[in-house]
Amino acid sequence: MGALSVRKVRKSYAGVEILKGIDIDIEQGEFLILVGPSGCGKSTLLSMIAGLEEITSGDVFIADRRVNDLSPKDRDIAMVFQSYALYPSMTVRQNISFGLEIRKMPQAEREAAVDRVAQILQIGHLLDRRPSQLSGGQRQRVAMGRAIARDPALFLFDEPLSNLDAKLRVEMRTEIKLLHKRLGTTIVYVTHDQIEAMTLGDKIAVMKAGEVQQFGTPGDIYRNPANLFVAGFMGSPSMNFITAKVCESGSGLGLEMESGGERFVFPAVNGEGLAAWKGREVIVGIRPEQITEVVDSHGDDPRVVRQSLPIELSEPTGPDTLLLVHINGAKVTCRVCPDFASVPGEKMPLMFDLTKVVYFDPATEQRIQ
Amino acid sequence: MQAQTLSPPRSSHWQDTLERILPKIVLAPSFVICVVFFYGFIIWTAIMSMTPSRMLPRYEFVGIEQYVSLFANDRWWLALKNLAIFGGLFIVLCLAMGLLLAILLDQRVRAEGFIRSIFLYPLALSFIVTGTAWKWILDPSIGLQKVLNDLGWTSFVFDWIKAPDMAIYTVVIAGIWQSSGFVMALFLAGLRGIDDSIIKAAKIDGASMPTIYRRIILPSLRPVFFSSFMILAHIAIKSFDLVMALTGGGPGFSTDLPATFMYTYAFTRNQIGLGAASATVMLGIVLAVIVPFMYSELRSGRNG
Amino acid sequence: MAENVAGPRLTFGRIALYAFITYCCLYYLLPVTVMLFNSIKDLNELKAGNLMALPRQVTFEPWVKAWSSACTGITCDGLRGYFWTSVAMVVPAVLISTLLGAFNGYVLTMWRFKGSDWFFMALMLGCFIPFQSILLPMAQTLGKLGIANSIPGLIFVHVVYGTAFTTLFFRNYYVAIPDELVKAARIDGADFLTIFRRIILPISGPIIVVTVIWQFTQIWNDFLFGVVFSSGERQPITVALNNLVNTSTGVKEYNVDMAAAVIAALPTLFVYIVAGKYFVRGLTAGAVKG
Repeated sequence: MGALSVRKVRKSYAGVEILKGIDIDIEQGEFLILVGPSGCGKSTLLSMIAGLEEITSGDVFIADRRVNDLSPKDRDIAMVFQSYALYPSMTVRQNISFGLEIRKMPQAEREAAVDRVAQILQIGHLLDRRPSQLSGGQRQRVAMGRAIARDPALFLFDEPLSNLDAKLRVEMRTEIKLLHKRLGTTIVYVTHDQIEAMTLGDKIAVMKAGEVQQFGTPGDIYRNPANLFVAGFMGSPSMNFITAKVCESGSGLGLEMESGGERFVFPAVNGEGLAAWKGREVIVGIRPEQITEVVDSHGDDPRVVRQSLPIELSEPTGPDTLLLVHINGAKVTCRVCPDFASVPGEKMPLMFDLTKVVYFDPATEQRIQ
Repeated sequence: MQAQTLSPPRSSHWQDTLERILPKIVLAPSFVICVVFFYGFIIWTAIMSMTPSRMLPRYEFVGIEQYVSLFANDRWWLALKNLAIFGGLFIVLCLAMGLLLAILLDQRVRAEGFIRSIFLYPLALSFIVTGTAWKWILDPSIGLQKVLNDLGWTSFVFDWIKAPDMAIYTVVIAGIWQSSGFVMALFLAGLRGIDDSIIKAAKIDGASMPTIYRRIILPSLRPVFFSSFMILAHIAIKSFDLVMALTGGGPGFSTDLPATFMYTYAFTRNQIGLGAASATVMLGIVLAVIVPFMYSELRSGRNG
Repeated sequence: MAENVAGPRLTFGRIALYAFITYCCLYYLLPVTVMLFNSIKDLNELKAGNLMALPRQVTFEPWVKAWSSACTGITCDGLRGYFWTSVAMVVPAVLISTLLGAFNGYVLTMWRFKGSDWFFMALMLGCFIPFQSILLPMAQTLGKLGIANSIPGLIFVHVVYGTAFTTLFFRNYYVAIPDELVKAARIDGADFLTIFRRIILPISGPIIVVTVIWQFTQIWNDFLFGVVFSSGERQPITVALNNLVNTSTGVKEYNVDMAAAVIAALPTLFVYIVAGKYFVRGLTAGAVKG
């Protein structure tokens, strides 16, 4: 076992099952992300790891110790909250050293810890202020400082960046990542923002309706989503889903497409598992960045096809322009270079890189391997 | 913000067990208070009302005998009638006065805070003090009647406080003086809580101010009407101090209210059983007002 | 309810408004001014004239009499003793009921357990009981506990029946405190009492003030408990005042009565003048939120 082990953990409250059996293992020093939409149970799971909520069944191990029956203060954890939860009547210094004081750490050691933390987070000049006198970003740092000062086995973050404005959020994200690198601590981080999940995590647990939909590295989850939900949840703008019938095409299988009245067939790249689906419909998943303007770098690769489609909408974001087309009745977003983008109403030659396409069973929403 | 229930894990560590039961220990005295001194006593009084107790409690069961004699008592009927008159006028006029004052104060008046504190200070006074002051103001020999007589209006008569069939209205006057400020404060808070943009939208739609008041503002003050009504009804039913100071229940017992009736019979006339019966009837009246209100509150849900 | 944004002009409507408001203010100020003026009049002057006449000769003799020698029933020592009786009753009662209310509010919002919400509702319903329903049993109980007709007895009664209100105030206040604060403290290792002492209490200033003012006013001004549960020297000042005013022996000394009423009203009036806005907050806190 490593730094944190969650084994078959379930949670029921008032007859409703909130968590339906969670299994997660991470090693010392890893950054685990729990990500998912509101109500998926990620915050509840975090509370149970922290000891703030009772575990209905299953076990939680922190640093190889079974902590089910331990109160939060005995679990060697620290937590950073979405609203920072700084003690309003105390100064920053007192806020940081409160937990140490409760544990009867001698004053000299406490002061040393506060200074160390202040240096790491650069909040030395704020030590004598009250929380009400700090900005959002400063409060966030103090909240982290309070956690760091305790030097725990496990850090828990509960959507810490949600209350910050967009720009500050990006800055703090980088700071947290640098902090993790520097301190080498084990972190469990809850967020609903999949960008935070992708950029910060070593391991990601994508959750929905009380279950872990997929557990793996960011790259894993991005390239090989286990089901429709994970595929659509991670990545922004999200993956395009096109329902298409599998047919015969040349020496292999193809996918029937139609757009603007015109029919065409794409080769079913990596579609060995589709043999059983001939004649039936599957859901094809292709990410916007795989649909671009025509460039020459792919040469004659048969897995990269070209097709001209009528453009319906154009959304310039600065670095790219997102174009909206319809294929098989589904909205499909393409990411093109702004210099090459066509105007809505025109037809534009697009290039589809099908090497990374994934297929899903329409009924079970699971990935077809 | 709803507090999430913190249910800490069960633990064998004695400190944690203490932690779990400490909240319950803290609540225990109030729990005792609630169970014993609120509901227990109410039941005790109800039991006493079914005994023939006179000066001392005698616990023999006589059923509703006391209630029968209660409702055969003319003075009790007078007290109930007075309650209806006083209660009805008190509530309606306090609501009207309070609403009027609130609307006036809401018109961006200068020195609003100062004026508001003038309307509200009567609440800081005991009903005894209020009763004493009004008792003399309404006294014909030195009060209002004499003032106007002295100023030249010699035919002015205002001796309600001495007249058995009019005295109850003097209680209304003093009561309104004391409590309308409170209703005003509630209505003012309610008015201030109305979203300005709704009013602006109505004005753009072409509505005039009286219409806006009638169709938009007053309806959105419904919750305030309800809470004020409940509180005023509660004050009216409990009214004891005011009557004792203003008229002493008199002249004779023409300004008796159920509360003074109960006190007189239970504590000065040594008729504990009868007093208990009157107290229980008072409780019934209060419940008859509160329960429908609570019920309708719960049904309409909490929509802020 | 905006008039034109540029600021209300002095139209006929505004003048009428101010006139009416002034009239209302006079109506509200009337009784107290009457009391004050007449408390410094000589009795003969008062009886010859009327209540509204301004005093021609100012004398403080009625005040002295009200304080130290007026008759309140069988004794004629003025209100002096009763004033201090009220003080001795009010101070502990306010402190204890406020403390209980604070702890109750703390538990009911941050340490809720099964049934605690029902308990709160039951306690709240208790705010509405007409006290007539508990007077008889309470009289018996005080006797059995040996504190009948005593200051501790009065304190006891006021604490018992004041706790429902104080709990309501504190609970409504604490409900707005984010529970993440308590969670953070628990993770830091603080226990039930430490969290209360070091985190919740320091930010409870406003509601403590509101509760103390409200309780002080209610208990000082109470008459019913005073008249039922005490007699003679242990009566609070409200009862003594009523006795003084309603004494039927001898000549009616209106000016002394007025002075006595003002003396009885002074403490709560003083509190109101000094801390009035907290008083208003106390009223609307309990009532509007239901």
